[in-house]
Amino acid sequence: MGKTFVEKIFTKKAKKDIYAGEIVSVEPDFIMSHDNAAAISRTFKKIGVKNVKYPEKVVIILDHEIPAPKESSAINHKEIREFVKEQGISNFFDINNGICHQVFTEQGFALPGKLIVGSDSHTTTYGALGAMSAGIGRSEVASIWATGELWFQVPETIKIILNGKMSEYITAKDIALYIIGQIRSDGADYKAVEFVGDIVSHMSIAERMVLCNMAAEMGAKNGYVQPDHTTFDYIKKRARTEYETLYSDKDAKYYKTIEFDISKISPSIAKPHTVDNYAPIEELEGKTIDQALIGTCTNGRLIDLEMAAKILKGRKVKIRTLIIPASWNIYREAIKKGFIEIFIDAGALVLNPGCGPCLGAHMGVMAPGEKTFSTANRNFKGRMGCREAEIYLGSPLSVAACAITGEITDPRRFL
Amino acid sequence: MKKIFSGRVWKYGDNVNTDVIFPGKYTYQKMEPEEMAKHALEDLDPGFASNVKEGDIIVAGKNFGMGSSREQAAIAIKYSGIKVIIAKSFARIYFRNAINAGMPAIKSPEAVDAIENGDEITIDMKNGKIITKNNEFTFPAYPKTVMEILESNGLINFIKNKIKKQEDLCQKEQ
Repeated sequence: MGKTFVEKIFTKKAKKDIYAGEIVSVEPDFIMSHDNAAAISRTFKKIGVKNVKYPEKVVIILDHEIPAPKESSAINHKEIREFVKEQGISNFFDINNGICHQVFTEQGFALPGKLIVGSDSHTTTYGALGAMSAGIGRSEVASIWATGELWFQVPETIKIILNGKMSEYITAKDIALYIIGQIRSDGADYKAVEFVGDIVSHMSIAERMVLCNMAAEMGAKNGYVQPDHTTFDYIKKRARTEYETLYSDKDAKYYKTIEFDISKISPSIAKPHTVDNYAPIEELEGKTIDQALIGTCTNGRLIDLEMAAKILKGRKVKIRTLIIPASWNIYREAIKKGFIEIFIDAGALVLNPGCGPCLGAHMGVMAPGEKTFSTANRNFKGRMGCREAEIYLGSPLSVAACAITGEITDPRRFL
Repeated sequence: MKKIFSGRVWKYGDNVNTDVIFPGKYTYQKMEPEEMAKHALEDLDPGFASNVKEGDIIVAGKNFGMGSSREQAAIAIKYSGIKVIIAKSFARIYFRNAINAGMPAIKSPEAVDAIENGDEITIDMKNGKIITKNNEFTFPAYPKTVMEILESNGLINFIKNKIKKQEDLCQKEQ
């Protein structure tokens, strides 16, 4: 019987035939963590093992609270720096690198056929490069550091086929929010999701990362895009290790297949307070907004900044506007391309690469009654630090248009 | 792990997410579990943490714990006094975090529909039963690995025991 991509990866790891539903204990190839590595290192010490079993597989990237906004975060960072030194962990990226998922990918850890876990729910992002990658908890990371392995339940797979023609003002984010609106936030609970179809094969890596990042918001264990020439071009100069590309078999058994024709979708918005609270932008035009946020692990890549620059060029923002490149490499590119100057001239604040205000840990916090329109992936109540505030989610084009007018505005009016 | 749990029910709806269970603003603060418990469900039900009693049970709709991978969302609830969560379904990472914290997460849509806020119910882990005032519902046994983790009171103890067993074995062989 044919196998899906995830069945193949677990078959390879377990060295025996594995199908969906089975529980296996296997060794992941890379284990990612960020600022929570401080708490993980404390749990690790409780286990009583002296050394991390495979320090070369551990990747730590500081991004959630950088630079430290308060003493407790500074202490966390210090503990992590001491721990990586003590354990000989060389894949450590301090506060001047960027958001973990972007840095991990740029630095060539996200590779086809790898089994990757991370103590962050959006670890699903690396599926854009053909990896099997899933978010796990802190204790689980500590236990892999100690033993090298973890238990997994092999998921069934949902195939999502994206057909149609993608008009130039529709972005991967609009597609992701639209899909989540249809299948809802538990539509792929415990499942693997494979994104296929013409639309996907024409997408850049940055766009595929949006789909796989947002797979977490469908409840999926992982997202996956089959590697192709776009993937191999991207990793050619980046790959840290050898890799073996794995594909689903033609006769693999899928849990279900869902097809979407995205030719006619509008720019999409997720209304407060859930990501599946979908509305086409036409329904919300004119809603006043207090703050615009462009960035995060979902939409802080060069292509996203380019979209924002296209709209902001030569205009002034009407509301406070925060722009955060996802990494220092992207920041540098954006400077070269003139985007950063456009943002500053428009009156936007350009912040250092990191998670920024997305999770309410620091920066860009709202007051009660205020509303932010953001390119992030979550709009839960209290997410940005204030439970009486509201968060709308959309594409960089839609958020940039709103920054200019101070209300939700169809970006097609500016293009 | 205890085999029988009896307690009063706190009932909630669908899609209770990790941000309302344990707000992101606390996630990078160094906190003991008892301190985390004071913030449990803070943005969903601000009265929960101060009124919950040892042994109480949470009963919720579908997709409980969706969102972030933050483990504190499971630990805060466990240390608030809650012993078991029953839901129509659990978000994947939350389910793992609950098990790894040594707190049973039981899926039973039928029981959730039949249970009201404030009900007294009993859960029999050994026989897979949820017993309410008027009804009895069954749930399937956990896979072996999951049961072992629960019986060790969480993943870290489970790993510790496993390592100790291996060391003992090595010593015997020597």
